[in-house]
Amino acid sequence: MSLKFPIYLDHAATTPCDPRVVEAMLPYFTEKFGNPGSRNHSFGWEAEAAVDTAREQVAAVLGATDKEIIFTSGATESNNLALRGAALMYEKNPAGSGKCRGHIITSTIEHKAVLDPCKRLQKEGFEVTFLDPPADGIITADMVKAALRDDTILVSLMWANNEIGTINDIPAIGAMLKASGREIIFHTDATQWAAKMPTNVEKDAVDLLSMSGHKIYGPKGVGALYVRRRRPRVRLTSLVDGGGQERGFRSGTLNVTGIVGLGKACEIALHEMDRDTARLAKMRKRLEETITAQLDSTQVNGHREKRLPHIANISFGFVEGESLMMACKEIACSSGSACTSASLEPSYVLKGLGVGDELAHSSLRLSLGRWTTDEHVDYAIEKIVAAVRKLRSLSPLYDMHKEGIDLSKVEWSGH
Amino acid sequence: MSYGPKIIDHYENPRNVGNFGTQADVKTRKDVGVGLVGAPECGDVMQLQIKVDQTTGKIEDAKFKCFGCGSAIASSSLATEWLKGKTLDEGLAIKNTQIVEELSLPPVKIHCSVLAEDAIRAAIADYKAKNGLPADADHAQSH
Repeated sequence: MSLKFPIYLDHAATTPCDPRVVEAMLPYFTEKFGNPGSRNHSFGWEAEAAVDTAREQVAAVLGATDKEIIFTSGATESNNLALRGAALMYEKNPAGSGKCRGHIITSTIEHKAVLDPCKRLQKEGFEVTFLDPPADGIITADMVKAALRDDTILVSLMWANNEIGTINDIPAIGAMLKASGREIIFHTDATQWAAKMPTNVEKDAVDLLSMSGHKIYGPKGVGALYVRRRRPRVRLTSLVDGGGQERGFRSGTLNVTGIVGLGKACEIALHEMDRDTARLAKMRKRLEETITAQLDSTQVNGHREKRLPHIANISFGFVEGESLMMACKEIACSSGSACTSASLEPSYVLKGLGVGDELAHSSLRLSLGRWTTDEHVDYAIEKIVAAVRKLRSLSPLYDMHKEGIDLSKVEWSGH
Repeated sequence: MSYGPKIIDHYENPRNVGNFGTQADVKTRKDVGVGLVGAPECGDVMQLQIKVDQTTGKIEDAKFKCFGCGSAIASSSLATEWLKGKTLDEGLAIKNTQIVEELSLPPVKIHCSVLAEDAIRAAIADYKAKNGLPADADHAQSH
């Protein structure tokens, strides 16, 4: 089989739509184009029925009920609605009172779509604790417990990290919060987790869960927020007001085609999850093990076992990020350089884990997907190993390392 | 970053990669001048070494190693090509703007050419210092 270039190994950024998803969506652009809000003709009923089906499909993959699913434009909107909506609803003191409006716990390695809403809430009178994970990238229930205060109203932690693929023990954190007997809303950004790994919001004790369509072989521009209806019934202040769609949580005519696609993607995921997971984990393990066996001064970032099956994040010593990307141009992947280079944004996630403490690192995130094959992985291994070897043959820092010189002790001229 | 063909060519086929010995070796070699400029935390480190024919005073060989982006690699590779066969004064006359022009460096990568010019000056200054030659006051200033 001949390979098509470039090879796509960036599934944590986005995935291609599954053809079955596209097929399910198509009729809703043309013949079945109705507005689900139109209650008095068949066009509306048809669209509403399609949205209802999708709601059940999304609920099924989360272990939720259909009434608990709010459709949004994606995980960023879901996160904003969850954080802002819950903070404003459950505030302890009103704005302008001069007192803390409420305490929120999150972590420093969350996605920007969680960090930035938290920072805005902070400016508006809420207090936020940003938990700093240890080098393995895992936030534990004990760390959350130690940060709890009497006025804590909300905890928001990602289920799996988008850069390094590490998995937080969300069920344990949820159970700890429930056992505390306090009314604390628990939100998880499950963008990289939901519809990829087994989820049951009931057993996992989650109150709010964000997910996205385009990370799970569905379309872009659609996502969902799970909002718990029982024990407790979670209320949110809406951010978008208007026609009162989605039970008033999120006004706006529903994105029927996108929602149908998201639903179909969830249905496929439910049936194929186990097979995908096993296959991906095997390939990722081979990718990581072969590369680290063939190259010295190379490390896999994040906890070795508690990680998603499809994301590998590998750091290479003595190699600069942009030139590494240039050398790997047939592989479409992400560079999360931990060192600061003029052309690359340093990764706050890797820096948070202390990966940047060692000089002159660059990192690649390789994320596999439903159509990644062993041939793709073989090619990536060969190409990356050759690239790192070539760049090290050019690298004065690698020579110095080999000569036993401690780079942190050298007086660099700087610039 | 989209690069022109000359940068890509130097990046893919870098000229004169190497050195004239380990860091400890070259420190004591009087016929070799070493320039090591940049810093790992800035994402660029260039090492330029020149070997000078002590009878003619001409640079008979030049080698580089570079930790940095494609433009930094290309700039230092080009510098070694240009240095070979030049006198020290001719070497000092190489300007970063000539490197920018030759490689068509994009504006955000001008600093790579500046670093290459610094490396040339540092290597020549090191050779002069080792051989008791007067440093060129004009060129002692740093950027």
